Amino acid sequence: MGQITLQDVQKSFGPVHIIKGADLDIADGSFVVFVGPSGCGKTTLLRLIAGLEDVSGGKILIDGKNVVDTPPAKRGLSMVFQSYALYPHMSVRGNIGFGLKMAGLPKDEINRKVEAAAATLNLTPYLDRKPRELSGGQRQRVAIGRAIVREPKGFLFDEPLSNLDAALRVQMRIEVTRLQKQLGTTAIYVTHDQVEAMTMADKIVVLNAGKIEQYGSPLELYEKPANLFVAGFIGSPKMNFVTGELAAQQGATTIGVRPEHLRIERDGGGWQGTIAVAEHLGSDTFLYVDAGPLGMLTARYIGELSLHAGDHVSLLPDPARIHRFDERGNALRG
Amino acid sequence: MARKSTTQQVVISTIGAWLFGFLIFFPILWMVLASFKTELEAFAIPPSFLFFHWTTENYATVQERSDYFLHAMNSVIIAGGSTLIALLIAIPAAWSMAFSPTKRTKDILLWMLSTKMMPPVGVLVPIYLIYKTFGLLDSRIGLVFILCLGNLPIVVWMLFTYFKEIPRDILEAARMDGATIGRELIYVLTPMAIPGLASTMLLNLILAWNEAFWTLNLSTSNAAPLTTFIASYSSPEGLFWAKLSAASTLAIAPILVLGWFSQKQLVRGLTFGAVK
Repeated sequence: MGQITLQDVQKSFGPVHIIKGADLDIADGSFVVFVGPSGCGKTTLLRLIAGLEDVSGGKILIDGKNVVDTPPAKRGLSMVFQSYALYPHMSVRGNIGFGLKMAGLPKDEINRKVEAAAATLNLTPYLDRKPRELSGGQRQRVAIGRAIVREPKGFLFDEPLSNLDAALRVQMRIEVTRLQKQLGTTAIYVTHDQVEAMTMADKIVVLNAGKIEQYGSPLELYEKPANLFVAGFIGSPKMNFVTGELAAQQGATTIGVRPEHLRIERDGGGWQGTIAVAEHLGSDTFLYVDAGPLGMLTARYIGELSLHAGDHVSLLPDPARIHRFDERGNALRG
Repeated sequence: MARKSTTQQVVISTIGAWLFGFLIFFPILWMVLASFKTELEAFAIPPSFLFFHWTTENYATVQERSDYFLHAMNSVIIAGGSTLIALLIAIPAAWSMAFSPTKRTKDILLWMLSTKMMPPVGVLVPIYLIYKTFGLLDSRIGLVFILCLGNLPIVVWMLFTYFKEIPRDILEAARMDGATIGRELIYVLTPMAIPGLASTMLLNLILAWNEAFWTLNLSTSNAAPLTTFIASYSSPEGLFWAKLSAASTLAIAPILVLGWFSQKQLVRGLTFGAVK
């Protein structure tokens, strides 16, 4: 079991409030991603759950038991650090087995478990090497091995892939997701990369300035963003926002349309503009359009579109896909 | 892009480096050479570099006149003892300052270092009187104590900088793995800090071994280390260059050998590969 519940969790460093009251319910076995811009408090929240920082207020329940006064190792969680944090003087075997050794398990049992974990992660040939003799991806696997070998109630990942190159990152992303599904262990994963969040998560927590902005499945966040911040943060390229008269016509202060929900025509009745930059990726075409009083708009076309900088276009928003927001930035429904 | 250098540049910089190295090493070489000369040749002008009458009589005389081994043993006890005690005090001090710093940690460190800015002679009279009252003059314990105190700020500073370099993440990983503070110290921190501990220990040994102000002023015979042994050759009877050189060579030999063999320990790199 690994159900994690946060009840009004707060954290301040002196007069600075980092986490301003977080409530969250994480179901057993689910993969939850904390995402947000840097400095939003996502790593702090993870460290509070881990027990590496003490809460200033509120409760953290693991399987119904409040653990705010429980030391990190007794919470039954294991953590994978951004820097891997391997013990440099120990072999891979020593690194993976360290937690079991601290728990006082007999030697042959430690060996058996370490070897099983190493086999899962394709680390068997490297068991007797030191961390400095491994590549970045292998070190990352050792860090994951150290986390899984203890059979914890939950994994905590702190931006574990951000030190890897792009290709390896995609590969490890798939490996981590598959491993989590295979083990069925609850996982909390911190990242600033919204693509990572969208692809890996069962549920995403969007954090901004110490507050949970929205908690939901990736598609919920994409289709029904709760406010301007989530609307702008989830999705790439960013959602277009238009204010003023056009928004007022829709009964809103701001309206938002995603680049992929704008129909592009050479001349028509939509929003008029001139292409400032056209990016041709083959699979997609991105147009950055100077739409005069509406500002810069981004439009996406699936496939190749032979339009170039300087061309005139009209953009027609899909009426069913227009997001409306009130003056406080909250979404208007209905 | 890697920097490229021409053969000419390599040759010039190699020659330059060797010349510079030789310049630094020359006084020691000259002292060793002088210790094998006769007193007359030792201060002959122009001096002879290698072509003189080689003799070992200075070493024999020095050993005969004053007991080298007694002084050497005193040096070992004083340098070793003061280093050991300094480390025992400094490790927990540096550990707590590196891993749970407070607002005043920087001030405390600076304050400690500031004690090294005062010339020792400024407190010679009070220290001498205190030592006299407590019967610590010319005692090994007294010298161990004063050298330990004198070097403590440097030891704390060095260990602090080494400990600071140990990534916090690794210690946190150990905490997640269930290590208590004691086990964290034994299994994780100390093995990672060994190169730092070793070089701190070595530097402190060298400093204590060569310390001449307190050892000359607070000891005469019983506790006198090798520094006193050397000083006895610049005596009222006149300077004996060859014998002084022989005594100095004997005095620095142990520490030179120690330094030579622990070069590897001084080169750090154990933590490489742990992070990133």
